[in-house]
Formats: sequence, structure tokens, C-alpha cells
Amino acid sequence: MTDAAFPDGANGAAPRTTTSLLAQDARTRKRNAAEARFRAYGIAAIAVGLVFLAVLVSSIIFKGVGAFQQTFITLNVELLEEKLDKSGTRDIEAIKKVTTFGYNPLIDAALAQAIAETGIENPFSKGKDLRKMISSGAAADVRDYVIENPDEIGKTVEFRLLASSRVDGYLKDRVTRESLARDKNLSPEHLDIVDALAGAGVVTKAFNTDFITGADASESRPEQAGIGVSMLGSFYMMLVVLACALPIGVAASIYLEEFAPQNGFTDLIEVNISNLAAVPSIVFGILGLAVFIQFAHLPQSAPLVGGLVLTLMTLPTIIISTRASLKSVPPSIREAALGVGASKMQTVFHHVLPLAMPGILTGTIIGLAQALGETAPLLLIGMVGYIASNYPDGVIEGFMAPNSAMPAQIYEWAKRADPAYYERAWGGIIILLLFLMSMNIIAIILRRRFERRW
Amino acid sequence: MQDIKITARGVQVHYGDTHAIKDVSVDIQDNTVTAFIGPSGCGKSTFLRCLNRMNDTIDICRVTGDILLDGEDIYDKRVDPVQLRAKVGMVFQKPNPFPKSIYDNIAYGPRIHGLARNKADLDDIVEKSLRRGAIWDEVKDRLHAPGTGLSGGQQQRLCIARAVATEPEVLLMDEPCSALDPIATAQVEELIDELRENYSVVIVTHSMQQAARVSQKTAFFHLGNLVEFGDTDQIFTNPSDPRTESYITGRIG
Repeated sequence: MTDAAFPDGANGAAPRTTTSLLAQDARTRKRNAAEARFRAYGIAAIAVGLVFLAVLVSSIIFKGVGAFQQTFITLNVELLEEKLDKSGTRDIEAIKKVTTFGYNPLIDAALAQAIAETGIENPFSKGKDLRKMISSGAAADVRDYVIENPDEIGKTVEFRLLASSRVDGYLKDRVTRESLARDKNLSPEHLDIVDALAGAGVVTKAFNTDFITGADASESRPEQAGIGVSMLGSFYMMLVVLACALPIGVAASIYLEEFAPQNGFTDLIEVNISNLAAVPSIVFGILGLAVFIQFAHLPQSAPLVGGLVLTLMTLPTIIISTRASLKSVPPSIREAALGVGASKMQTVFHHVLPLAMPGILTGTIIGLAQALGETAPLLLIGMVGYIASNYPDGVIEGFMAPNSAMPAQIYEWAKRADPAYYERAWGGIIILLLFLMSMNIIAIILRRRFERRW
Repeated sequence: MQDIKITARGVQVHYGDTHAIKDVSVDIQDNTVTAFIGPSGCGKSTFLRCLNRMNDTIDICRVTGDILLDGEDIYDKRVDPVQLRAKVGMVFQKPNPFPKSIYDNIAYGPRIHGLARNKADLDDIVEKSLRRGAIWDEVKDRLHAPGTGLSGGQQQRLCIARAVATEPEVLLMDEPCSALDPIATAQVEELIDELRENYSVVIVTHSMQQAARVSQKTAFFHLGNLVEFGDTDQIFTNPSDPRTESYITGRIG
């Protein structure tokens, strides 16, 4: 015990003082208090973390969920033959000669008619002013439909056209009559019409599949922008990362862990790998720019290059986690295999690697998730700022044609001036987080599935 | 008198700066159980691991001197340690079955050495090995259950069966019973006695009673030296070295 037990300092010679177990002595009380304080600190720390997480998640969902809803205007557009196919021969080349400008009057007329049906007065005499309510991409949608179905010319067809971002914002409470006073894109009179049309069921909000599958649009058409093409860019990048980083990383770690002699050189490699894991990702970006684009002349903005850069970034993560899981395989398994006459390589591939597999897979998926969310290195190889407006044709194009990536797309939207893009950026973050979450869940499931006891 | 299986002459082992084995010379006979006894850290396990070159896996370990198996130097440059280990099998202190089925545990060695021509052959080897490991009756109905699910004593007998499956000539056992209860120990000891018919068995043990029960020859190690080597009966009843006497009577170690 302590000095307290021997008040006169004699070495155990003092008579033993017996204390009741039912009463706590001062020292025990102090120790218990210290433990209680530490528990309180711990709970407080976790609570702070949870509060931040809750704030983050709720603000992301609150701000981003609007991107998944889009305002549509349903119009019966009369596809006039004298405008779209003057010759009346349904010659596809002749139809293609009519530009989107030729379609605008048809949409204007349809909109004016819809307004007239609601009974509200139309204060706009010019179609151009009325058209501000509809996305400038709407005419292209109608034209695409006509080129695909030339037989519909002369008939009246129902179209669900995108409303302009201001109208969309009004229905989502982003745009108010006051804010329109400083906005030349739309006037309060338009909002009266929108109110009436919404009452008549012409203007409706619906789930926006185009946001998930669509392509990015120019600065003036936020209502058309979608994340689909850059999602594909991210997908091709991840394929490159997986195909490069997994074999290289696993082979390197197996060699370092199981075969390499323990000397100064391997120590140096080890230190360097740990250091590489801490290198800022933008440094890998500039390395990629110098090596892959300026030296090797690979195409700019291509997912192939992005994937190679992210491979460099992911490799240390994979090597470190693979080595850790190889280390955690008990040496008795190696001895057992060597004892029955297995060679070093048979020992590793038949016994050690299968046992290390759950750790390797987890590390790889975590590395991939990290790479998926990485923006900075893509900045330098031209994947940020590229407007991913077209789907690539085929797999080779997917790797080689310029594209963007999900985090780069989000960054790009957040940068744009139109407040409608702000909502898109948050929506994009929701999608990105869903991907990351599902990858982490896969990692956990794989670890559970492959985990074996020994 | 049996044939000499392994001859060691002037064996020295260094771990870095530590001199672990000092000039050990010993003859190990065929069809005999040889026990290595001695206090902890005396080098008996180290010496055992020299006999199938398991020490090769430790970078800082250096072995000098001659160890001959059937007259061939096992540390010769031309010897592949993998081939050597197929001839000199090993059973470890802690039962270490592979985290696979009982069948695969036994079949692994024969598979990698190509001892079986077909599935039926392999089945035969597995059955024969499990019978020799005195565990066949307990596991014959669950050959495809994981080997790690067996009890400690069963696992150790499985490991012995795994070691004999590759048809070795010498069987090294490093404290095979230290993790087992008395009943399992008795089973393993009985098994060791049976194995003597076919193999030369070398066993490291902390238990002097065990050495006296199972072995015909005993070597006493102390501080890296081989103090005394001779017939077990003589070592335990009439040791010639005072250190051996102190150890077996419990005064040192």
C-alpha cells in the first residue's frame, strides 16, 4: 500500500490499521473522481463530434435535396408543318436544317395558349419575353424529338419542358418577387403567370432523373445540368486506379513484408512510402501533369490520366494497409507451412495472403473511396472546369476523351455565379457521399465475409 | 544399436551478437526417440530448429559446424531447405493447424510435393496419416470441418498427422505437449512411442517425466552447451555431470 498505511514511516513494523471496506478512503475517492471526469470528457468529445456530424449531414440534405426536384411546364406544342417541313416531303435532311430558332415560336404559341386557358391576362406581347419562363434548352428538346419522329409533324404533341431556373427557384422559394427587382431575367408578372399555371397543373415539380444521369450544361442553363457524365468519368478513373494500384500495391507489399532482406535500403523504402502517404495530393497532380501529359503526351482532361494520378496517390495507402494485414497473420501459420516443406512463395500465396485478404480488400476500398473524393490533383490535369456535356462513345473514348469527375463537377458548380448551381453542388455532394458510403459498407461486408479465425 | 540418422559436429549458432549454441556434437539414431531437455533459454529449441533449417527464416541467425543427414551436409549450398523440410518434418509448441478443413490440412503437404497421383490416392494418404496421428476415429465423420474447430489435443495430433503426411524420415517436435492437458498429453506421448517404429523422433520438452517416459536417448543442454548425452535410463538414474544431476533433481532450471 502507500505511505498512508505506515504513518510513522516504519518499514511495515507499524501495527496494521484495519479500515472498513464499506467506507471509501480519500485516495480511492480521488481516483474514482478522476475516472468519472475522464468518462465525462470522453462523452463530451463524442457528443461534440456527433453534433458536428448531424449539422453537416442535415445541412447537406436540406440544401441538396432540391436538386433532385425540378420544375417542368407541360405544353401541347403544335408541330406546324409550314414551319418545320416546308416541302412536306419529311426529308430528314431538310428537317435538320430548321434550327432551334425555328422551334421557339411554336413553344411561345403553346405557352400563350396555356396561359389563355387559365383565364389570366397575358401582359407580354412578345414571345421572347414569355419564353423566359422556359429553359433555353427546351427548343432543342423539341427539335430532337421531331428529328427522331418526323411523322409527328403536323400534329399536336404534349411535351414536358424544363422551366427556367428562375421559375424553378420560385417554386423552391429561392426566388422571390423582391429578389426579381434586381434580376432582368424574370419579372414579377411572370410569377403571376407561374402561380396561375401551377394552379392549373401546367407547371409541376417532379423527380429530376436528368440530374443523376444527365450531362453538365453551360452557365446559363443550370436547370439542365446533371452529374451523370462526370459520374462516368469517375467510374473510368476508378477502373484505372483499381487495375493499377491493386496489383502494384499488393505485389510491392508482399515483397517488402515477406521476401525483402532487412537492411538499410528496405528501411529507406519503408520511410519513403510512409512519407508519400502524407504528400499533399496537389503535388501528385503536378507530377501527373509533368509526366503523363507533358512528357508522355497523354490527352488532357482524360480519365486515364486522372486515374493514373490517383493511382500514385492511392498506392501508399494500399501498401501500408496491405503490409499491416500481412503482419497481422500469425507467424505460426508461416512456420506450419514451411514445416511441411512449402516454399516461401507457396507459404505466402497459399496461407498468408488468403488470411490477409480481408485487410487488403478493406484497405483497397478505403483507398479507392479516398481517390473518388479527390479534387486537387484533377485541377492540374484539366479535369476541373471541363464542361462534361457529352457521353463518351464506347469504352476507349471513356478512358481517353476529356471528361470531368464527380468532385471536380461539384467544385465547378459551386464556383458558378447562378444561385441555381449552388443547389446543384449540394445535390452532387449527396450523390458523392452516397457512393462513398456504399463503398465503405462494401468494405465492411467483405471484411466480415472473409474474416477467418485461427 | 540403431543406425545413425543425423550427425551434428561442432555446431555453433549466433543470433546477432548472442552466442546461442556453443560447439554441440550429437548423434541422433533412427527409430529412436531423442529428448532434448534443459532450462529455458538453454538453446534446445534453437538446436532443434537447426536440424531442418527453420532458422534460415531468421535473418540475423548464423549457423556454423556440420549437420549431416544420412551423411549429407544439410547446410551444403546445393541443398534446398524446402526439400530438406519434406524429409525432416516438424511439430510446433502451439498447435497451428491451417484455417482450412481437416482434410486440406493433411492433404496440403502431399499436394505440394506431388505425392498423390489422383484423388483416391490423396484420400488414402489422408486416412493413413490421420490414423498414424491417432485421430482418425475422432474426425473421420467431419473431414471437411475446419481444423481450427478441434480441441487443443486434437489439433496437436492433427498437426502431427500433417507432419507425417509428407512421409518424412525425421520428426522434430518442439514442446508438443506444453499447451495440452494431461489426458491429451498422454495421447500424444503414446503416439510418439508408436511413431518411433517408422521415424527418428527428436522431442524438446520441459517436462523431465515426459522425457523419461517417451525417450530412449536424452541430451541435456545448459546455457548453450550440450552438457550430457546418453541413454535416458542412465541420464536419469546415474548422471555423470553434476549440472545434469542438479537439473533433474530440481536444483537448477
